[in-house]
Amino acid sequence: MGTGFDVMKRYSVFAVAREAARYHTGWERAWRSPMPKKKYDAIIIGAGGHGLATAYYLGKNYGITNVAILEKGWLGGGNTGRNTTIIRSNYLQDPSAAIYEKARSLYETMSQDLNYNVMFSPRGVMMLAQTEHEVRGYLRTAHANALQGVSTEFITPKRVKELVPIMNIDGPRYPVLGALWQPRGGTARHDAVAWGYARACSDMGMDVIQQCEVTAVRREGGKVVGVDTTKGSIDCNKLGIVVAGNSGVVAEMSGFRLPVESLALQALVSEPIKPCMDVVVMANTVHGYMSQSDKGEMVIGGGTDGFNNYTQRGSFHHIEETVRALVETFPMISRLKMLRQWGGIVDMTGDRSPIISKTPVENVFINCGWGTGGFKAIPGSGWAMAELMAKGEPGPLAEEFRMTRFREGQFIDESVAAGVAH
Amino acid sequence: MSTRLQTGGRLLDTSVAREFTFNGKRMTGYDGDTLASALLANDQMMVGRSFKYHRPRGVVASGAEEPNGLVNMGEGAFFEPNQRVTTTEIFDGLKATSQNHFPSLEFDIGAVNTYLSRFLPAGFYYKMFMYPRAFWKHVYEPFIRQSAGLGKAPKEMDADRYEHFYAFYDVVVVGGGVAGLQAAKAAALRGVKVLLMEQTAHWGGRAPVDGGDVDGAAAQVFVDTLVAELSAMDNVVMKTRMMGAGVYDHGYLLGYERVRDHAPKVKGPRHRLWRIRAGQIITATGAIERPLSFAGNDIPGVMLASALRDYVVNYGVSIGDRTVVVTNNDDAYRTALILKNAGLEVPVILDARAGGGGALAQAARDAGIRVENGKAIAKVKGGKRVKSVAICAQAGEGSVLEEIECDAVAMSGGWSPVVHLWSHCGGKLVWDDADAMFRPNPEKAPTGEKGEAFVLTAGSASGHFGLDAILQDATDAGKTAAAQMGGKPVDVIAPAASARNEAPLEPVWMMPQGANIKLRMKAWLDFQNDVKVSDVQLAAQEGFESVEHTKRYTTLGMATDQGKLSNINGLATLAGALNAPIEKVGTTTFRPPYTPISMASIAGSARAEVFQPIRNTPIQAWHDANGAYFEPVGHWRRPYCFPRTGETHAQAVEREILQTRKSVGLLDASTLGKIIVKGPDAGKFLDMLYTNMMSTLKPGKCRYGLMCSENGFLSDDGVVARIDEDTFLCHTTTGGADRIHAHMEEWLQTEWWDWKVYTANITEQLAQVAVVGPDARKVLEKLGGMDVSKDSLAFMEWKDGVLGGFDARVYRISFSGELSYEIAVPASQGRAFWDALMDAGKEFDVMPYGTEALHVMRAEKGFIMIGDETDGTVIPQDLGLHWALSKKKEDYLGKRAQERSHMVDPERWKLVGLETLDGSVLPDGAYAVGEGHNANGQRNMIGRVTSTYYSPTLGRGIAMGLIKHGPDRMGEVVEFPKIDGTLIKARIVDQVFYDKNGDKQNV
Amino acid sequence: MLILECPYCGVRAEETELHAGGEAHLKRFGPGSSDDDFEGYLFARENPKGVHLERWRHVNGCGKWFHAARCTMTLEVFGTYKAQSFEPPQNVKDAISAKRPGWSWRNFS
Repeated sequence: MGTGFDVMKRYSVFAVAREAARYHTGWERAWRSPMPKKKYDAIIIGAGGHGLATAYYLGKNYGITNVAILEKGWLGGGNTGRNTTIIRSNYLQDPSAAIYEKARSLYETMSQDLNYNVMFSPRGVMMLAQTEHEVRGYLRTAHANALQGVSTEFITPKRVKELVPIMNIDGPRYPVLGALWQPRGGTARHDAVAWGYARACSDMGMDVIQQCEVTAVRREGGKVVGVDTTKGSIDCNKLGIVVAGNSGVVAEMSGFRLPVESLALQALVSEPIKPCMDVVVMANTVHGYMSQSDKGEMVIGGGTDGFNNYTQRGSFHHIEETVRALVETFPMISRLKMLRQWGGIVDMTGDRSPIISKTPVENVFINCGWGTGGFKAIPGSGWAMAELMAKGEPGPLAEEFRMTRFREGQFIDESVAAGVAH
Repeated sequence: MSTRLQTGGRLLDTSVAREFTFNGKRMTGYDGDTLASALLANDQMMVGRSFKYHRPRGVVASGAEEPNGLVNMGEGAFFEPNQRVTTTEIFDGLKATSQNHFPSLEFDIGAVNTYLSRFLPAGFYYKMFMYPRAFWKHVYEPFIRQSAGLGKAPKEMDADRYEHFYAFYDVVVVGGGVAGLQAAKAAALRGVKVLLMEQTAHWGGRAPVDGGDVDGAAAQVFVDTLVAELSAMDNVVMKTRMMGAGVYDHGYLLGYERVRDHAPKVKGPRHRLWRIRAGQIITATGAIERPLSFAGNDIPGVMLASALRDYVVNYGVSIGDRTVVVTNNDDAYRTALILKNAGLEVPVILDARAGGGGALAQAARDAGIRVENGKAIAKVKGGKRVKSVAICAQAGEGSVLEEIECDAVAMSGGWSPVVHLWSHCGGKLVWDDADAMFRPNPEKAPTGEKGEAFVLTAGSASGHFGLDAILQDATDAGKTAAAQMGGKPVDVIAPAASARNEAPLEPVWMMPQGANIKLRMKAWLDFQNDVKVSDVQLAAQEGFESVEHTKRYTTLGMATDQGKLSNINGLATLAGALNAPIEKVGTTTFRPPYTPISMASIAGSARAEVFQPIRNTPIQAWHDANGAYFEPVGHWRRPYCFPRTGETHAQAVEREILQTRKSVGLLDASTLGKIIVKGPDAGKFLDMLYTNMMSTLKPGKCRYGLMCSENGFLSDDGVVARIDEDTFLCHTTTGGADRIHAHMEEWLQTEWWDWKVYTANITEQLAQVAVVGPDARKVLEKLGGMDVSKDSLAFMEWKDGVLGGFDARVYRISFSGELSYEIAVPASQGRAFWDALMDAGKEFDVMPYGTEALHVMRAEKGFIMIGDETDGTVIPQDLGLHWALSKKKEDYLGKRAQERSHMVDPERWKLVGLETLDGSVLPDGAYAVGEGHNANGQRNMIGRVTSTYYSPTLGRGIAMGLIKHGPDRMGEVVEFPKIDGTLIKARIVDQVFYDKNGDKQNV
Repeated sequence: MLILECPYCGVRAEETELHAGGEAHLKRFGPGSSDDDFEGYLFARENPKGVHLERWRHVNGCGKWFHAARCTMTLEVFGTYKAQSFEPPQNVKDAISAKRPGWSWRNFS
């Protein structure tokens, strides 16, 4: 069952009771804090969810454990710890549905697999249809999902109201005409995902090295041989770049450019209240989505700024538009208060779908471009990236996400619902 | 007992009593009371329960930093959870209830958690609740959710009104204490435009409570004088009850004004969100006192020393008869002296410093108060109220030397400047060893548009504590800010004021310093979220060494107070556990807002009907009056159909189609985009924009055109009419008008800027009506005027003229396959023209039809619809539109992209017609399947339905779809699984189902 | 909440008046261009941490497209100039150099 933590390290209610008896003095570090070795079989730059998951599945699926994960800040400190924690796989295009559903299914068993409670809560995700065009778009998605092995259905406004009594489905501006419903979508505790993977990686003997910034990627004869870091020079046979918003910078160190731009994406939470909404709701016509965390906060997300930005701060008018849309959809939040707003830097590609790919440099692999939807993909992304790094060639999950698709014109465009109607 | 004193109450008007209820109990306060002071005056010490352990919680502070005093307020459409009692002014009829308990505040079942607390340390939930798997969702999570949360969820629609203000100032000063007032004056004297805001209802901040002299008079006199001076200045605006909520890039500042929270019966908006552009922002936001970390510091009756004296001085409320003061600095002695002066007992002052305090300590001794140096609290005893304190040596491990009965404890761990607004936009902090605090680093201020510093701090927000230093700093800040904004070089001199005369503070992060684990497990850092010293230490032990990790693992500082009381103590505890200097540990990120602001204020007035404005055509009123059922299309609402009494929408659509095909129907086509493209290079430009050749179009003629993005994908279509040699009129889709106009301008301005072309979007200048059906010509002839015969106006021609007295431009184009005229008239004439057509059409049973009939008729005719046949991934070649791709042109937007390998792949799905074998209607969005599964285990798909309708004309289902090798597979049958798994079979056919030869439209 | 001065109408426009248009000074490659050039034109982006030359449209104002030189780390604006330019004008380059000595962006420095 899961990882090989020995009895004393395993987390369980019995361990908690045992430790309570000795005032919790016996808990060990969740992950070691090593200095880098001289050489690793594989180095992964970026100890966010995607990087850590890549390392974890390299070890678990391929037995490659001589691995370092280098993090310039603190692990899980980027978008893994700044998102609205939504997990769903109701995507339209085959490659997206495949990788997000792989991820979702891995979330189902992640707590047991990692022996770390990531609190995956398959509470259901609904995407509201508020125009005829959206209705047709979601009907299409529901049909596609049925063939892709993703369990979704298109539900009526009445069912929407039953599932979310606090919603105003009558408009006046955009009455709810139905919704795409994925009952096994949901949320998870975002930080726990990073921590759980880090702990499991560390336990497999991998080195998670924080406060270690890569300053150069060393190449010889078109091949990677190592990296220079703020903690010294480290050799490696293979290099995985999994650094989200910083992808452009690390790619430049490696000598290639990416079809990626870094933008600010914002989110906010309300003060906590008692449970009032049991599912995740996304309203794309009005641009807002909301769920309620286990702590009771209403967790709200909206759209991205349009300009390149690395500040982790966004513009207030996006917050305003999002909140306005959600007050319209959920009138009862009007008298709740915004507790905190924040921003993250997301990496957007030319078709808004990710890249999991070989690169022009031999043995350098890249995983980036998750844009606004990365958290839900973490385990699937790590699974696919580990396969790519282990075999040197993409498996079926990663194949379509190759970098060369832009040159070929083979996009994976999930924004088709944004088409226009007469 | 906490109670109202006979004297004191600086902020009260005791002649005005205010009635309110708490948990249904009637209570009385005075005008000027906060809910906190009024509750305390009524001996309501306990006001709520903590988040995790459901521990009894009392008021601990007197201002915005309060973590415990949160209540449900109001009822019905005015109900609001999590209202902070310390910042709520009372009014008659206020109804408050306590939160987070069941069944009652006094007896809460959830309090069992406090007895289990040993089993529930930081992060316990990450380590358990994993088995069996299904239990998280169905057992553990519902339990945790129910016990978490604080206030109740509102149920009704908010009945209040909210608004936004836009404002522009040279200098905005946040905070109306002495520093803010003085900074505002210094800036204003230099002639710049100043806004001064204060979050409470009163000017002056702490100075009138804390004492000290300015210019030889009491601080209150100075405050009154300054307020009078500023009020008289034309270039100063002063607002109370307005908080600086957030600082954003380029001098953007949010002000949150609570206009009538204190007086709900007054008319007007409840909150006003000020959206301010400030040249310079001065944060004079003061400082917040820190608690001390000793066992039992969370028991109701333990309070910040400054809060305790605030309640005495400002509200005439005593927290207890016997107050033990515990401190590591001189400031808390002020509390002891004030209590003593009010006739209350201070059995002992415990000063953790071995060397004790300075002049203030001497004053306390002189007043007869027992002062113990080097002493600490080992433990506070009591449950729902403080009963006694056990005293120990600060240097020891907690051996009890003495126990003293008391009913209140005043604690002070020093002060931390309020640096939130400074930090929101990137201002950096520096650790100040002398006062053990983070203060703004003026070398690293937030920078604005020009890279200039745009936030300054003043007074204690800068880390100054003597009145003289505060006023000097404030004067400097005001002068500097004004100078930055081009103010006059008026010299402003800070008034003379009392200096700080205090012995140095000694940092005390744990009390006693060697506290054992049992004490540490009872020493609270975060009162609301129940984070204790032991939790932070556990986090460090488990490797959560980054301050962000510790915060997230323990939830320290994540409560509704966002750690205003807990953060520094938590950081210091973490630093201690890591054996690292505090400045190396650093702080978590400060994010807006400073304190929570209402969602409604953010949404503002744009709600319900005005949430998003609706664009109306000139004919909209007719549609409204005639029962149209609308669908949103972009910002328009177009009639979907016009159901008659007893008709379903489907029946209405069927009727509209049959009548149009039989005789005549009218469509309000005003929403269609109409863009004029004019100039000597207009033809050349349109040749680049459209895939077709437009430059060869003759004046008087129309041509259907396609537009692609540079990425090759079909983005819009429509009919182009050449008006004259230099002028084209381009029709776009309804949703496309603004987008395509912007697209044209982008290419004209940024790529072909030397081409002589102008564009103008005239969509709303014209009303446009499609008159469609075999009797269309007869209707127009009945109106009279221009000749609309076939000879005079052939298919795909246009002509200007007069119809029924209306100036009209008539296009012979058809999207239905019928004889059809699209007629544009000036928007102002649109409704009259529509009425005239309805009138003239009466004898032909003319009917209006909506968008659905439009869709069905175009599908019957096999015409594509942008957004149905296209979705941003489809190229014209997929739709068999090769005839519209000019072979003669070297270039057009999208041409290069369409040469890429995937774009010319013969495996691409291609457009065909589909007919179900049983005549039924294919489901919207259905996919066609091939054999087997792909490598990811997904069914192999070979195509999909793009449009599917019941055709009343043909009496059966018709559809279009994109099918792999479709055009080569005419007559073959493909299978479409429904969501339930059953199959529908459909035959691949020509996509034109109706009038294949075009006989009907070309008559 | 950015403020950019429109070089056409002179209005100091707030972000809500503006539409961001991505990287500036892209050279268009049409039919006949190589796959590399075309891909580079449509997709490869500088995306720097630091000085960025980018396009904006004063959409809720005069409607004109213009360019801005801006820092993506601090959001400082070094200058704006008309979109009908093949490179940033000298005064804008000087303004950048004054604040970010040694800067470079594609072929400009």
